[in-house]
Amino acid sequence: MALTTAPGRTGPTRSARSHAPRRGAGRDRHGEGLAGYVFLSPWLIGLMGVTAIPMLLSLYLSFTNYDILTPLSEVEWVGLANYERMFTADPSYWHAVQVTLTFALVAVPVKLAAALGVALLLNRAWRGVGLFRSLFYLPSLLGGSVALAIVWVNMFNRDGAFNSFLALFGIEGLPWVNDPEWALETLMLLAIWQFGAPMVIFLAGLKQVPSELYEAASVDGAGRFSQFWHVTLPMLSPVIFFNLVLETINGFQGFTAAFVLSNGTGGPVDSTLMYTLKLYISGFTDLEMGYASAMAWVFLIAIALITTVFFSTGRFWVHYSDGER
Amino acid sequence: MVAATSTAPRQGARRPGGRQALRLVLLVVILAVVLYPLLWMLGTSVKSQQEIVNNIGLLPQRFTPGNYTEGWSNFDLSFGRFFLNSAMVSLLTVLGNAVSCLLAAYAFARLRFRLRGIWFSVMIGTLLLPGHVLIVPQYILFRSLGLVGGDWPYLPLLIPQFLATEAFFVFLMVQFMRGIPRELDEAAKIDGANPYGIFRHVILPLSRPALVTTAIFSFIWTWNDFFRQLVFLSSLEDYTVPVALTLFIDSASQSAVGPMFAMSVLSLLPVFLFFLAFQRMLVEGINTSGLKG
Repeated sequence: MALTTAPGRTGPTRSARSHAPRRGAGRDRHGEGLAGYVFLSPWLIGLMGVTAIPMLLSLYLSFTNYDILTPLSEVEWVGLANYERMFTADPSYWHAVQVTLTFALVAVPVKLAAALGVALLLNRAWRGVGLFRSLFYLPSLLGGSVALAIVWVNMFNRDGAFNSFLALFGIEGLPWVNDPEWALETLMLLAIWQFGAPMVIFLAGLKQVPSELYEAASVDGAGRFSQFWHVTLPMLSPVIFFNLVLETINGFQGFTAAFVLSNGTGGPVDSTLMYTLKLYISGFTDLEMGYASAMAWVFLIAIALITTVFFSTGRFWVHYSDGER
Repeated sequence: MVAATSTAPRQGARRPGGRQALRLVLLVVILAVVLYPLLWMLGTSVKSQQEIVNNIGLLPQRFTPGNYTEGWSNFDLSFGRFFLNSAMVSLLTVLGNAVSCLLAAYAFARLRFRLRGIWFSVMIGTLLLPGHVLIVPQYILFRSLGLVGGDWPYLPLLIPQFLATEAFFVFLMVQFMRGIPRELDEAAKIDGANPYGIFRHVILPLSRPALVTTAIFSFIWTWNDFFRQLVFLSSLEDYTVPVALTLFIDSASQSAVGPMFAMSVLSLLPVFLFFLAFQRMLVEGINTSGLKG
């Protein structure tokens, strides 16, 4: 953790005086209590105004038929109707759930596998490794943009670069992005292409594995694969866990590329209707903001549940060497 | 495995040459695949319409920079306007995040006050809160305040950034400040400094690295951000670059592919320059943060 190290050139530390009681034993001699709230006030206002109140508002709206056109005072309470509609009467909602789950279930593991694989290749220090690392990381910086989504969609068009490549082998490609069977796969590839960010985190994790462990394993006669399985993977499991949680949560929120591919519709035939895109369409195209709010709450609860599942299963496979990393 | 081999420091260390070469070849191949889309984008942006369809090579046979001028003025307003809008939103976001997150982080990292533990847990809780969940009610609230599509429609994009709502940066700075030796605070206290003085003279100057990391990431993320800008910006003259780029998709006629690619390249240029200037920092910054990318 490069940033947590103390800056070195910080002048005299006056260690002679540091034996003075550090904690003020509850006394507030320096007005810290007030100062704390002064410094915290922008954050507190943000928490209330931008996060908490909107959340409560959206919970309330999810039980109403609110559209942006009627004033808030005239909204009608509809009980659980929005939730009922979502689960029983809106097939495209289920498409969105299905598309999002498929996307995350495929793209995240493949992306992490690619990240780990390349990290293992890069893990030996030699000249030039820094350049490779940076270049692999570059897509993670660019990949979330509209510009790259545009490029990606065109690359998998009928006349795109991918089909030109297939043509070299005499294969006639499809217009992938217009094919309901394949459109989502092209989006997955775009996500996987950005494996650089988790790769960098894996590399940092690999550096932390003590080389004595490999030596010991080697003395015990462990082969390369066995070392990977019994030393690298367990030692890396906290980092794998970290990447898995983050990438899954990010994966659920994919929006930009799906929007660009389908021009905001989720097509062809709902095949790229990511959850957030469905939410956007309901709220801002159809203006059914009550319905969209219900969707947002289900999304929030689903993400909270998945995170909980990760953390509660994590203890069975995540190995912490000294209590914490 | 025979015990005799175990005297070598590590397996494979006896023939490093062959293995290393294989590694290198593999890496170069993967890198070529990874970089191909970027090179293809660059190549396509200077190809004529004819060549975009027919020439499958990376390089154009005839260099066509006209795509750039054509794309620049493809809509009623020039792309210069959109770039200015994007730059303004991104730079103000940088300012807002740097200031507000630093203040909050100082409170969390250094000051003792009532309910600090609870507020800190709440802050950590908001780390994983998806922004999409809040977009509908935020839109409604900002609209009811007359800020959506108002005189200056960027307020809904910027207000949250000045209120330290990017918990990730708060967390990053808290982590950083915990590394600053407490003895410095104590010394300043003995010299008569109050919490404000300590912030001004000790924490602020020493937090520069964390501020720089925050600035770089908030610039890049805001520059690339699409969702919020799409929701809150509704008239052409207010559009930022990502929103303007989607106009090309609407006019998806084949003739606009070259100009569309040209503008896509230009839109990635600031991020790319940041990458060149700060690549070390970015790669190491992601280590401490790990978020997004």
